[in-house]
Formats: sequence, C-alpha cells, structure tokens
Amino acid sequence: MRGQLSYLGVELARPRVAFFELTSCEGCQLQILNNEASLLDFLSLVEVVNFREAMTERHDDYDVAFVEGSVSRADEADRLRAIRANAKILVALGSCACFGGVNQLKNRFRDLDWVKREVYGDFPIITQEVLPLSAVVDVDLCIYGCPIRKEEVEKIVTNLVLGKAISHPRYPVCMECQASQNICLFDLGEPCLGPVTRAGCNAWCPSNRRGCWGCRGPADDANLAQLEKIMAERGVSAEAMLDRLECFGGFATQADLLRSAAADGRKP
Amino acid sequence: MKLSCDIAVKPLSRVEGHGNIHIRIEDGVLQEASWEVVETPRFFEAMLVGKHWENAPYICGRICGICSIGHTLASIRAVENGFAIEPSSQTAALRLLLKHMETLQSHVLHLAFLVAPDFLGTGSVLPLTKSHPEAVQRALRLKLLANDACDLIGGRRMHPTRTVVGGFTMLPDKAQLDLLLRRLRAAAPDLAATAELFASFTIPDFVRETEFVSLKGETDYPFIGGALMSSDGVERPEAGYLAMTNEYCTPASTAKWAKLSRPSFAVGALARCNNNFHLLHPTARAVAESFGLAPVCHNPFMTNIAQLVECVHVMADAARLIEELLDRSFTEPRQPVQSRAGLGVGAVEVPRGILYHAYEFDDAGRILHADCVIPTGQNHANILHDLEALARSWAAAGTPDLEIERLACMLVRAYDPCISCSVH
Ligand code: SF4
Ligand code: SF4
Ligand code: SF4
Repeated sequence: MRGQLSYLGVELARPRVAFFELTSCEGCQLQILNNEASLLDFLSLVEVVNFREAMTERHDDYDVAFVEGSVSRADEADRLRAIRANAKILVALGSCACFGGVNQLKNRFRDLDWVKREVYGDFPIITQEVLPLSAVVDVDLCIYGCPIRKEEVEKIVTNLVLGKAISHPRYPVCMECQASQNICLFDLGEPCLGPVTRAGCNAWCPSNRRGCWGCRGPADDANLAQLEKIMAERGVSAEAMLDRLECFGGFATQADLLRSAAADGRKP
Repeated sequence: MKLSCDIAVKPLSRVEGHGNIHIRIEDGVLQEASWEVVETPRFFEAMLVGKHWENAPYICGRICGICSIGHTLASIRAVENGFAIEPSSQTAALRLLLKHMETLQSHVLHLAFLVAPDFLGTGSVLPLTKSHPEAVQRALRLKLLANDACDLIGGRRMHPTRTVVGGFTMLPDKAQLDLLLRRLRAAAPDLAATAELFASFTIPDFVRETEFVSLKGETDYPFIGGALMSSDGVERPEAGYLAMTNEYCTPASTAKWAKLSRPSFAVGALARCNNNFHLLHPTARAVAESFGLAPVCHNPFMTNIAQLVECVHVMADAARLIEELLDRSFTEPRQPVQSRAGLGVGAVEVPRGILYHAYEFDDAGRILHADCVIPTGQNHANILHDLEALARSWAAAGTPDLEIERLACMLVRAYDPCISCSVH
C-alpha cells in the first residue's frame, strides 16, 4: 500500500471513517489493529474520527461508517439508524453485521423466554431476535468473514479512496483451495462447506486442515442440493451439515429447510 | 471550596465493549459511584444447548475477539475433561506456546495502545506515532511477532483454525518454529525498552485491599488447568469452580458478577503474580522487583506492571517450549475422541484472568447445559468497589474533578476489561 501511495506522490482525499460495534465479539475491529505491518500506512490513508475501542476522541461527521455486529436490542437499531443518517457509505463489517453471525444461533429457538431463562434465570433481561444490519437500514457494502480478512478491508478502503469499483468473488472457496493444492478434506473424512461458500478468504480453514463452516455465506449459484449429495455420499450426518450451515447465518434459508426436515426424521 | 461534581463517562473508550462510569461528589463527599455494563448479551450458553460437542470450541471461541485462543482452549479443555481425554505432551506444549503468544499480543495491545496514551497525555495511540514513533514501532513489532506465532501454531491469530478437541488439525513446520525462536530472542530488547518506557511513568498511588483469585501453580506459573486458589486461603479443584465464582445478577449490568470471601475479588495478571510470584521466570521476577511489585500488591494500577512482567515471563517460557519441541520428533497431531455423558470443566488463565467453561453432555455427546464464567465478569464488582474508594479518597483530598475522571478511567482500563466477553 505504501508503494502505491508514494508512487502517486500526491495527497489523496482522506475519507473520514468511523468504526462502530453492535452485538459482536469486536474481533473484526481488532483485525484492523492486528495488521501491524501495514497499520500505520492504512491509517495514513484515512482519517479515523471515531473508534471507541482504540481512541477517546469522537466526532460524528464521517464519510464511511464501518459497523460491526448484529442488532439484538432496540437501542442498537436506533444507533444504527443514526449512523446511517450520518454516513455517506455504510459498510457491514464481518459476518455478524452481514448475516447475524454466530449471534443468530439463538434464533433457532422459537421460545425467546426459554433462551433468557437458560442464561439469566428469573433476572429480567432485554433481547430480541438477532438481525443483520440490512434488516434495519440500507447497507452499501458487505465485508464478509468471521473474522474478516484485514487485507480485504485495506483493499476495499483503498478502492474507496481511489474511487475504484469493489466486487467480491462469485466463485466458491473450493476454487481457492484447489489453487493452493490442499488435500481435500472430504478425502480426510471431514465435512467442508467449501463447495458452496463464497471465496475471498483464500481457503483459510481448509489450508489449515479444517473444514469450511461457511462464514462468508453462499457463493453465487451455490448448489446446496449437490452439497447434500456429496455429504451423504461421504457419510456426513445431516446434523453435522446443519451445524455448519446454520453457524453464521449466511445460509439461514437452507438451514431452516434442513431443520424442519430433521424435525420430522430426527430429534433436533 | 470543597469539590462538587457529576462525572459521567459514557461509554468508556479504549476498552473492549461498552461500560459507563458515573461518579457524583458533593462538598468533597462521594455520593454515588457506579460502573454500568450495558453491552447486549449474545446468549452463548443457550446457543450451545442441543449441539454436538465438536461445536463448542468453534462457537465459544467467538465469545471474544481478543482472547479467542483462550476461549477455544478453555472450551477444548472442558470437553476433554468431560470425556477423560489427557492431551499428549506434544499437544500440551503446543497449546501452552499458543497461549503464551496470545498473552503477549493481548498484553502488548493493552499496554501500548490502550494504557500508554493515558500516561503520555493523549487520547489514543495515533498522536504517539508522531511523538513516540520508536515506542509505537516496538509495540507493533512485538504484537506482530506474537500474532505471527499464533498463525503458525493455531492456524489463525483470531478464531484459530487448527485447535481441536484431541489436539491439532496440523502441526507447525519445524523450520518456522526455529525462525520463531530466533525472532523471540531478537525481540528481547524491544520488550526491555517498553519496560523502560513504563518505568518513566508515575503509577497512581492507590491501595484497596482485596482478594485475588487465580489458578494455583505447582511447579510452573499456571496457565492451563489445575487447582484454583485465592489469596484469602480458599482452594478448590478445577471442577469445583462454582465455589469460587458464586455468580449473581445485578441491575446495573448485563454481565453476571462474582464474589468469594469478600464482597468482591480480582482476577488477572496482578492476581496471578500475587498468587504465583515464586513461579515467575527469574528474568520476569527481576523486572517485577525493579517496579517494586511484590506479593501481595493491592494497587490495581499495578496490573499494568504485572502484565509487563508476564510478557517477560511468556517470552522466556516460549523460547524454552520451542527448544523442547525442536528437540523431539513430532507424533500424530490429533488423538481420537470418544464422547461420554457427564460434566466437563476447563479453567484457563487468559490475559484478563481465570476463565471457566463447563458443559454437561448426554450419552450422544450433545450439550445439555453450558456455563462460561468470564474474567471481566469476575472483576466487575471489584472495579466498582475500587472506583468508590478512589473517588472517595481523592475527593476528600481535594483532587479536581477532571483529574478524578482521568484516574477513574485509568483505573478501569488497568483491569483491561473485556466487556462484551463478560456479557457474552
Ligand atoms: S463476525 Fe466473527 S469476528 Fe467479526 S465480530 Fe462477529 S463474531 Fe467477531
Ligand atoms: S477441502 Fe473443502 S474447499 Fe477444499 S477442495 Fe475440498 S471441499 Fe473444496
Ligand atoms: S474457509 Fe470457510 S469458514 Fe474458513 S474463513 Fe473461509 S469462508 Fe470462512
């Protein structure tokens, strides 16, 4: 990134950016601080005006708002609407923001009161069904992943600064995995959502011999029927497949279908 | 004229998650101090119900972005204890090394990015990149080293990919481990210079007696599993954690709070140091002594120094572990897992203190009930009591309101609270 900037040799317009978090682990924000090698270059590209996790100063005039986390309480929906009103561009940062993330796992219980009692007993606590940002406001751009890849955020911000178009890979993780010449996890007896999940993570998990759990959501034209067939052929249980499909919320529709199918055959 | 003021910090910055401080003083007398935890709960314990055991570490790692490795390891340990699986010595060494590197990255992040700005009079690390470029670069180098090590061993610095029940999905390359060892040795001056910077700071002089809870080391400074202890003399086995935590709900907080022998207790680097000082690496103990840190230290601001001391300890111990690993021929990364019904508890010292995961399994290895007790949750009551004592004594001493506000923020930051984690 430094090369590009010094090559241009001119002061680029520095967009004013702000970071916010709703219901989340704050990991996606931390990924930005985690990029030690290029953090300072990245920070010189933009003017950070709001980043509570890292700084005390705060301003509400920003061009780009990065919002991490999902909406799980009314005050969060209000905050999100206020951020939307201030920001020219609103970016959903990470799978919690894009799809509800792991937080939406609690949505699979119909009885919200049971969920509250299981954790807090009789103590009164406020929560609601977990929603992705797009269920509350218009989202201009999604950055997928749990966690996000810091390289991807930097690329996207650079493209925003330079006014370049931003696009996500349409193909599945398998393409990246095969390009890395990994041993396919199915051959090692482990299930993987690589065939249906949107690429862009450089097959992060399969490259570490861990099956993909679909954190980046479905690829374009994801063929779930085909996946089900592969899983069945390899002897993967419907439960293990559902565990993966329902984990991050990107495959919520398919997970719902599987779950109701399972409700007939298998104890959920 | 005696001080009257209303201090409201909403929300506190440079900490993980959302917490509010409120202090009201009239005529030099403290009327009210509160520490409000307003973070939204995610209900991890409910999410796990009905899930097969393999989900637990994968999902629970996502409780916290900063200490995802610690959560993953505590969760794995709870499952393994539940199934009576003893990790191989190779797995144990790799896990401890991974744990050390998370401790290093988390402590350096806290000290350099979140705490140092207070002592240098800035609102964030950004101005320090101009005024103290060397110090910032040093911290970035240390953090990079620790994060690279986590990538190498855990597969990913956040939400690790290789850590599973039974061991690892794959092992680090020995040449890379060797390189890591050399980088660790080369990084010693960076840490020494960071310690020098902290030696130039004036640590606020504030003492309030409290109880310290941590793992109890037998032969080594404790990080993963073992007996539980408090500085007031309570000892329990790992599986008896509920007797240490005694969680309760309180109106000002979406996180549960904890107590033991007194109305509150503290966990974290200072508690570990206080309870296991004799087990610190000699170089770490020397740094502690140079800062006047000796057990039992009751100044919560010294948590920062205890973190620095632990950085020295984990860097030295990581070098030892890598040497041992390089000397052995690697065996299978992963052992088979056979589930069984019953309860499993895992206690791990994560950067902010002792973390417990506990799961009850049915015959098929599915989770019937889950419980996670987070270090910051255990610290909340102690934070509140410290805030009260601090505001009371400094208001009586005639300290101006802005200074009390600054000290109150610094006090809470010293605990390095991980608030969304505490609510989970
Ligand atoms: S997407 Fe994952 S890493 Fe990011 S905030 Fe959510 S849980 Fe954390
Ligand atoms: S390991 Fe997963 S991502 Fe890689 S080729 Fe096999 S199915 Fe595709
Ligand atoms: S491999 Fe799958 S689960 Fe892993 S980061 Fe990529 S999309 Fe997410």
